[in-house]
Amino acid sequence: MTLLWIPLLSLFGSIISSMTGKLTRNQATGLTMLMPIIALCMTISLAPAVFSGEVIRDTFSWIPLLGIDIAFRLDGLALLFVFMILGIGILVIFYARYYLSNNDSMPKLYAYLMLFMTAMLGLVMSNNIIQLWFFWELTSISSFLLISYWWHKPEARKGAIMALTVTGGGGLALLAGLLLLGNIVGSYNLDVILASKEIIQAHDWYEVTLILILLGAFTKSAQFPFHFWLPHAMAAPTPVSAYLHSATMVKAGIFLLARFYPALAGTDIWFIIVSLTGLATLLFGAYVALFKHDLKGLLAYSTISHLGLITLLFGLDTKLAAVAAIFHIINHAIFKASLFMATGIIDHETGTRDMRKLNGMWKFMPYTATLAMVAAASMAGVPLLNGFLSKEMFFTETLDQQLLGSMSWLIPILATVAGALAVAYSARFIHDVFFNGDPVDLPKQPSEAPRYMRVPIEILVALCLLVGIFPGIVIDDILKAASFAVLGGYVPEFEVALWHGFNLPLLMSGIAVAGGLLLYTQRRYLFQFQASLPTLDAKYVFDASINAITKWCQVQVNVIENGSLQRYLMLIFVVVLLFAGWPLFEMNQLSGQKQLTPIDVHNAMGAALLMVGAISTVIWYRSRVVSLLMLSVVGLMVSVAFTRFSAPDLALTQLTVEVVTIILLMLALFFLPQHSPKESSSVRVVRDVGISAALGIVVASICYALITRPLESISDFFLANAKTGGGGTNVVNVILVDFRGFDTLGEICVLGIAALGIYKLLVNLPLLMPTSDSEGRPWAKERYPLLLASISQSLLPLALMVSFYIFLRGHNLPGGGFIAGLVTAVAFILQYIAHGSDWIAERLTINYRKIIASGIAIALFTGVGSWFFERPFMTTWFDYFDIPFIGEIELASALIFDVGVYITVVGATLMILASLGRLTVNAQKEEVNV
Amino acid sequence: MELLYASCVGLLVSCGVFLILRARTFTVVLGLTMLSYAVNLFLFSSGRLSLNQAAVLGYSSEYADPLPQALVLTAIVIGFAMTAFVVILAIRGRSDLGSDHVDGELPDKNKKVKV
Repeated sequence: MTLLWIPLLSLFGSIISSMTGKLTRNQATGLTMLMPIIALCMTISLAPAVFSGEVIRDTFSWIPLLGIDIAFRLDGLALLFVFMILGIGILVIFYARYYLSNNDSMPKLYAYLMLFMTAMLGLVMSNNIIQLWFFWELTSISSFLLISYWWHKPEARKGAIMALTVTGGGGLALLAGLLLLGNIVGSYNLDVILASKEIIQAHDWYEVTLILILLGAFTKSAQFPFHFWLPHAMAAPTPVSAYLHSATMVKAGIFLLARFYPALAGTDIWFIIVSLTGLATLLFGAYVALFKHDLKGLLAYSTISHLGLITLLFGLDTKLAAVAAIFHIINHAIFKASLFMATGIIDHETGTRDMRKLNGMWKFMPYTATLAMVAAASMAGVPLLNGFLSKEMFFTETLDQQLLGSMSWLIPILATVAGALAVAYSARFIHDVFFNGDPVDLPKQPSEAPRYMRVPIEILVALCLLVGIFPGIVIDDILKAASFAVLGGYVPEFEVALWHGFNLPLLMSGIAVAGGLLLYTQRRYLFQFQASLPTLDAKYVFDASINAITKWCQVQVNVIENGSLQRYLMLIFVVVLLFAGWPLFEMNQLSGQKQLTPIDVHNAMGAALLMVGAISTVIWYRSRVVSLLMLSVVGLMVSVAFTRFSAPDLALTQLTVEVVTIILLMLALFFLPQHSPKESSSVRVVRDVGISAALGIVVASICYALITRPLESISDFFLANAKTGGGGTNVVNVILVDFRGFDTLGEICVLGIAALGIYKLLVNLPLLMPTSDSEGRPWAKERYPLLLASISQSLLPLALMVSFYIFLRGHNLPGGGFIAGLVTAVAFILQYIAHGSDWIAERLTINYRKIIASGIAIALFTGVGSWFFERPFMTTWFDYFDIPFIGEIELASALIFDVGVYITVVGATLMILASLGRLTVNAQKEEVNV
Repeated sequence: MELLYASCVGLLVSCGVFLILRARTFTVVLGLTMLSYAVNLFLFSSGRLSLNQAAVLGYSSEYADPLPQALVLTAIVIGFAMTAFVVILAIRGRSDLGSDHVDGELPDKNKKVKV
């Protein structure tokens, strides 16, 4: 249970912090920090077990059929990331309390931050790769919200969109890769996948899978050439940058490399792609960082460069490269988070981040300056600081690899060049900001930051020193545990120590520092050279390609979607025709093995009537009343067909629905023209006849093929259990109210919704009322014929009795709630027709909406009722009772359910027709008044 | 008889589709109704055709397949609800848009022809 709580607590934190709007800043911050602190304590309590080599797992079944579980696992690697996410997260929350101005919404930032934290925690602890991908996407979405926190700034919106587009695109590639991976292994479970290295790497799809997964990792970790979103994401508030771009978001890609290292790494293609991408990113980022005037821009490119370094290490084929990579993940997170926070302070206190204006800050904020200088020195790789140690390990590994064959010596040289560049930009960060003369027209008079704003930086800088000086004590356990997880169960012998003696890596460090300082002092020439180069911002390329894609899509949409529904329908039918017709050509024989039944006279006559009705409907479709009457012939014959072919329930339903439908359409004709104009061109008529004839032939063929083949049905179960399990002999009804009762519940809901929709559509209907029919004959004024009125009135109790009878016998003989409801509705509609709705309204005050609601409620609560007897939803109950004078009768809870169906059908049908019918009365009254 | 049945279903589909492809809402509603007859008959026939074998226990020795019947029964009722909804939508559309053309307005070329 514990593992699930870690992301869950953070999710609770997100919800809680979104509701802290009324609290003071300190209260809100305290509340927000509470949940991650609890989660951190839980993680610490789990740490000893993980250090001893245990993997803690927690699994909840979710969609077992698809192999998708909610599964968490905590091994060394996950533990390391959980520590970073929670630890730095807590510091960032604390820091943000001082960073945000009074105009910024604190609950909003905290809620997004905590949501992001949840996503990261879920990501690193996932034991199911589909779940992993879900959290991966959640990090993209929540980082989008965080980057666009200052949504009123265009660059924040643009930066957020760019980050989402690039990382979201990568996420899709990752999904494809993970699905392939799951397919290769036959499981989405991470444990299984990590143990299947041989199967994966021997598979034909290995290369494709690897490239897709790497695409996901590289876009997220801003590797060249996908790096361009990261600098633009700096439009986010600085606490967000400190969190996302040091320890979490961009490290997610690195995490992915580490996570799948045991399963995917070890092949040439892995080494080549990963190391060369990392190398290119390392050099490119370090070089560009030197020329950024914006402090956060410098840090952004430095982050890109360091991510490249880690990626390069994962791509090296030496045994300690992965360990060095993990070590640098930790160190980079620590010093980069503190540098971002220091930048935030400088920005906060001076109002600018431009290094051309920021000079001599040492005088104004010596304390912050000291902290920032220590962190920057760590970034440069100065001894006694953590950055030095991992950089030293990095240099050692570059000397050890055989990546480029005989040209492998290039890599240590390039690594030293990158190291020199890192020293140079770190020197620039220190010297330009804190020394180098006096500030140039700052927006604000600088001063030292608030006392507590510096606390998070102090903690992080202290960590830089502790790790740098006592690496064996501070970092050994977690580093070994994480390496154990990444290397798949063994840890090579290594010792992280400050002093390894005079050796080649130390010389490389020395050259890097000296070279970097030289570069910095001679930067004037470099800047001049850089200025002479053409500038190419990836942003313009990105914008241009996005615009081009949008434009292309717009053109396509305009072509396909021209606004004519008639055309869409035609296209839909053509597509249906193609897809339904195609398989017919691949069938050998249309008719099946079933014995055909002979045609008798009754059937032939019925079919003839039906055909005549259908064709007449089409022929006379312009005079709508005639057409409608012909249609009713078809409906009647359909109901006769149901009678003939052993479906009495269907026949009864069809008959009653037919009556109601025709009345409805008659009513509708009052509001619509009685004639259709002739407007289709002959070409179009020919085309439509062609399409419809073809479709008819296809459907007839399918139907024929279907019914001439022997039946394999699951219905034997229903036939066998209808009486014993459902307590009724009318199997159709038992299926409706018992076996498939849940479907029926859904269906009466649809019925109710349709009726409500119609009610709303008819409210405030602007009346477009003809005073006469289309031939100019005025509508009759004597609306309610006496004969009909008197007969219908006496018919009502009779009809109700019939419907009651049909309802009661429904469980055992043809009938039931649907049919009885329709019969009742028809009886009432007859009253409406004979007397008008005013007459009814005087005698019967019914709110049909309430009737529908109560019908659905009865059906629903019958279903819920079975819970009280500790049975699943909608279990029916029945028994036989001996009642004096009546004899033995059967009572079933399904009957109550059927009452619900009955009431809903009555309510919905009456509501539909009465709403429309009432409108005709209103219309005619208005006419009289005029 | 199977052939006759299938032909009837096919004819209903053809007539229904032809009506649906017309330009006026009411005709489209008629077409939809016709098409739903065809669909119901088609679905019903997936239980095969049988005479005098209603699925009421104790009234015959063999029974027609009750499952398609149950499905079609609700389909008929819902089909009515949907027809009703569409026809009311057509009325509403006509009074809001001033035309009962399915596209909501008359195509330009026909404007002179039709009043």
